[in-house]
Amino acid sequence: MIEYQNIFTRVQIRGPLHDGVPAPAGVWGRQGKPFFSYLLGQIGNAQVGPIYLGSLGVASIACGLIAFEIIGLNMMASVNWNPIRFVRDLPWLALEPPPPAYGLRLPPMDQGGWWLLAGFFLTTSLLLWWLRVYRRSKQLGLGTHTAWAFASAIWLFLVLGFIRPLLMGSWGEAPPFGIFPHLDWTVAFSLRYGNLYYDPFHMLSIVFLYGSVLLFAMHGATILAVSRFGGEREVEQTVDRGTASERAALFWRWTMGFNATMESIHRWAWWFAVLTTLTGGIGILLTGTVVDNWFLWAVKHHVAPAYPHIYGHIADPAQGAAAGKGTLP
Amino acid sequence: MKVTITLLALIGGMTAMVLGVLTLQPPTVRSVQRGYRGTGQQLEYSPAVIAAAFAANQAPSALPQNNAGPPAGTIYKNVQVLKNVPAGAFARIMVSMVQWVAPKQGCGYCHVAGNFASDAKYQKRVARRMLEMTIFVNADWQTHVKKVGVTCYTCHRGNNVPSRVWFEGVAPPHAGGLMATHSGEARPSAVADGSALPADPLTPFLLGHEPIRVTGTTALPAGNRHSIQQTQWTYALMMHYATALGVNCDFCHQTRAFADWSESTPQRVTAYYGLHMVRALNNDYLLPLTGTFPRAMLGPAGDVAKVDCATCHQGVFKPLYGAPMAGQFPYLRGPAALAQPDPKAAAAHGEDNPAMITMASAPAAGGTKPTASPAPTGAGAPGQ
Repeated sequence: MIEYQNIFTRVQIRGPLHDGVPAPAGVWGRQGKPFFSYLLGQIGNAQVGPIYLGSLGVASIACGLIAFEIIGLNMMASVNWNPIRFVRDLPWLALEPPPPAYGLRLPPMDQGGWWLLAGFFLTTSLLLWWLRVYRRSKQLGLGTHTAWAFASAIWLFLVLGFIRPLLMGSWGEAPPFGIFPHLDWTVAFSLRYGNLYYDPFHMLSIVFLYGSVLLFAMHGATILAVSRFGGEREVEQTVDRGTASERAALFWRWTMGFNATMESIHRWAWWFAVLTTLTGGIGILLTGTVVDNWFLWAVKHHVAPAYPHIYGHIADPAQGAAAGKGTLP
Repeated sequence: MKVTITLLALIGGMTAMVLGVLTLQPPTVRSVQRGYRGTGQQLEYSPAVIAAAFAANQAPSALPQNNAGPPAGTIYKNVQVLKNVPAGAFARIMVSMVQWVAPKQGCGYCHVAGNFASDAKYQKRVARRMLEMTIFVNADWQTHVKKVGVTCYTCHRGNNVPSRVWFEGVAPPHAGGLMATHSGEARPSAVADGSALPADPLTPFLLGHEPIRVTGTTALPAGNRHSIQQTQWTYALMMHYATALGVNCDFCHQTRAFADWSESTPQRVTAYYGLHMVRALNNDYLLPLTGTFPRAMLGPAGDVAKVDCATCHQGVFKPLYGAPMAGQFPYLRGPAALAQPDPKAAAAHGEDNPAMITMASAPAAGGTKPTASPAPTGAGAPGQ
């Protein structure tokens, strides 16, 4: 029984080390002599390597490293190059976008120029890595599902840091690079635009995010539960179901009257994951550009329910009759 | 090898526990419903925090009332603010001030020994202005302090300088040159509850007059250009409000619509006046005292100690849990209470009415014109 509750892989298969199936060679070729790792074998395949970086991979890592250095060195400068403060305060530190006053103009380096530069290199790095994922898929003869799923995440990244600031006419609308600061930015974003929870695309994004988690749990649990019948051979069982597949299907038909198949469950999972960032990006894109206060928008469209005001009518003291003479000496 | 995995898991678990103990509040959080059912508007209290706050926020016992004697101005020299207060009440206020502000140093903290009339000590000149400030708060800011009012103790708590004052922040050293300049945020912000929000939201809002309202008031864009960065400054100020009062956002706001007044609680209106009050106190009372203080009493940037919400509140939603401070010191309730007494008004009230001083020899050279209504503001029952 304990074996089924193990969080680590139960079986480590170690065949002869191999370089993998043949594929058209790039400029660089596969790098590194493969080896076995017991620890990695506990969570995945025990064979490590070879790796293929190629020109796209190298360019992507170079751009990513430049962005990482720009961000890190500016954070380091913000604590006066003090390594102790750097480590202690790291979660608080940030490289921030230009002040809103600069609009879309190119600001001086010390006024957000570094942020633009870091953003440029980080975006380039991501796009190059996307190309690499796409090209690797093609060259291995795979479908390009991974690349398009990654593209959905890049879409949200681009909306936040590039497309929406462009539409708003200000780089200052973009989030900072920093651990706590980008979280503070997220809350401030919601506060400024009247509660993002009333943004229907944000709602959809949450549905798909939590839905992804639920599907992941259901699928993982189902396959582990039927692995004693060979259920982890999902791909074969798509066409040749066998008892594992039949039992899994029956389990879900009994519990919820309907079951996915060995093929369709992966389409569910892929679409839920992809739609999380796709709808999220649309929600962000509409905020400030099309809707300024999501709560008031939701009231207008009867999305936000009205609750009794248990404290009676609370008037803005700066407005109307309440701002009468004598309220502020 | 199996041991390695177990060891890794153990180390990971231990790290998580240490981080948890260091980061999180002790468990048992009491939730108090604050809004209509189903809205999730609630206050979260930690009994440990409440117990500590309760112990630290007890009002001191007040000396017995004594309104006997001629106006203080007639028997003491150089009495400017309390000159029409009967000598008994005057002495009571002075002794109380020692307890409130300088219990260790005694009268000599402000007064020159042998010449109490002297203004030689800066402490006395500051104290006089602070007395006027107390009266100003009690008389003109009942929108915020209601009938509870304040005394010196509300802020001082037995300290020469209130423990919770603020100075303009001096940013820690920052590399210059081409590197990104310091924007005032992205540092641990003590004022904003340890977040990475702006470190000093007090200067722009509690000293300056920067607008704090950033959220749009229309569903669709209609020219509101307040930025997200600006919102972070307001957010930091609000975090100061919350930590100063020992409450969470729901004390004033329905968090589904922070900006909406109709969704808010009456406490938000009180807080609105509090902001304006603190701003007035800082600009009209404390800032002008900058030159009065010796350099050592000023902040690192050479600015005077200023007040914020925590100066009075000290982690509690009502300072000293709403103990009626000014009620026990009716002469601190406003200019009317200090005006030259009107014998006719006096009889109607009891012994503890400050206007009871029906001295036949009321000072002629008082300088204060008798007012039509000498009774203290909030006439009800002074002395309660």
